[in-house]
Amino acid sequence: MTSIAMRKPRWRAPSVLPGFGLTFGFSLAWLSLIVLIPLSTLFLKSAGMGWHAFVEVGFSDRAMAAYRLSFGTAAAAALVNAVFGLLVAWTLVRYDFPGKRIVSALVDLPFALPTAVAGIALTSIYAPTGWVGQFLDPLGIKVAFTATGITVALIFIGLPFVVRSVEPVLADLGLDVEEAAATLGANRFQTFFRVIFPAIMPALFTGAALAFARGVGEYGSVIFISGNMPGRTEIAPLLIVTQLEQYAYNGATAIAMIMMLISFAVLFTLNAMQSARRRRLGS
Amino acid sequence: MRQHAPGTESRTTQVVLILLALAFLAFFLVMPLVAVFIEALKQGIEPFLEAVSNPDALAAIRLTLFIAAISVPLNVVFGLAASWAITKFSFPGKNLLLTMIDLPLSVSPVVSGLVFVLLFGAQGLLGPWLSAHGLKIIFAVPGIVLATVFITFPFVARELIPLMMEQGKDDEEAALSLGANGWQTFWHVTLPNIRWGLLYGVLLCNARAMGEFGAVSVVSGHIRGETNTMPLHVEILYNEYDFVGAFAVASLLAALALVTLVLKSVLEWRFDLHSGARH
Repeated sequence: MTSIAMRKPRWRAPSVLPGFGLTFGFSLAWLSLIVLIPLSTLFLKSAGMGWHAFVEVGFSDRAMAAYRLSFGTAAAAALVNAVFGLLVAWTLVRYDFPGKRIVSALVDLPFALPTAVAGIALTSIYAPTGWVGQFLDPLGIKVAFTATGITVALIFIGLPFVVRSVEPVLADLGLDVEEAAATLGANRFQTFFRVIFPAIMPALFTGAALAFARGVGEYGSVIFISGNMPGRTEIAPLLIVTQLEQYAYNGATAIAMIMMLISFAVLFTLNAMQSARRRRLGS
Repeated sequence: MRQHAPGTESRTTQVVLILLALAFLAFFLVMPLVAVFIEALKQGIEPFLEAVSNPDALAAIRLTLFIAAISVPLNVVFGLAASWAITKFSFPGKNLLLTMIDLPLSVSPVVSGLVFVLLFGAQGLLGPWLSAHGLKIIFAVPGIVLATVFITFPFVARELIPLMMEQGKDDEEAALSLGANGWQTFWHVTLPNIRWGLLYGVLLCNARAMGEFGAVSVVSGHIRGETNTMPLHVEILYNEYDFVGAFAVASLLAALALVTLVLKSVLEWRFDLHSGARH
């Protein structure tokens, strides 16, 4: 037995289970082939075009307007989802009402519904003749083909991220701390904002950040409702597609690279903040 | 006098909050879903059936089923291999591997398509070599498969890894010590243990594979009857102002989403599988 263990590679802990070489090798090869090599072409192509060309196409006025729109609408949608996602998670965890299971299943609809389907449905609702649009249009409120419409689509896409992040934390929260707060004379609002909210804040933040990251890159549900006017309602992913259709591969690559770097920076900051928080809490 | 226990809200507050949450969900989730079916059947059942049985629509449905039939099994094999390596062994760099498996989730679908164009397109890195050998990947079915596999890459693995982590490796070690070989252990011990989690992953993977739009749109070339999947067909019909046709095909995809949600909920209730914040 010892002689077998000795022959196994030293860089992993010995195990009696077989198949490490096969499964690890296959996983790594498949990961490289499908994900890592294709993604690395983005870096290669960016490096190959030179700094000047990269800045020129990646930070053109049109590209800057697209970043502002994509990041701005994604942030607005994430904020709305943080508020209403928390409300939905709260009612699902804390209260009983008829049809609760159906409502809970429905929250995942944006994960299951193809984005293009959501896109045309939302456009038909918010167009000036649509179910909602016909009431907003006389008031001078335009949703479809404006930044507001993009935000509406991103609220749809991002909601489950917040609800599913907050739900388990809220469910694990012991009622005893709330009862202690109440016994000590705190009213319900004080208990919520001083006791409950700090405990669910990290999960809420994570959910909102995931919704934000998804919203920045979202394409299918947005392009139908956005109107796609360059400089005004043209989101960054659409600008990439437009560049590609004009065979402007450098432009598409530079914009994709900048978007990806910002997304990674957001996710990295998020992870760093969470681990810093965990360290502070000593767990 | 308080009417309610400490630590809960009054019944009135509860009802108000529940109604507010339901109103939000009705407005943002239910209304779009209902709109798809109503718009599809706006002019009766005849135009609906016509749009769905149109040769281009049928070709799109066939292609979508074909793409899912290739990419889902590929992800199942990868998911099983990756979760076996990750959960049954300890090795350095495991967290890095986990992060890289999740990478496709944090990349815009459009960028996911773009990287394959940069690699295999006419002006791409391998473009000249491919055209010299008469191979076509971009604007053809292989490109759509690649983009779909990329997009759905983490779906099965992400369901299996936490499940297998929780189950540990005691069962497998017992089977091996009783004389089973590696394959027997996998087929008769591991697979039965994880079958519902695997099914859950397949379900989510399939829904995304059939519904993916952005990545597929970039690599497909939109050739009717050849490289148009169902979501792309919806877009073409919609841009041609054939709204009934677009919503008719969209309603099939919406029905698929509903079936997915029902099956997913059944699995969650019966087998206590948890859905986290994913995809």
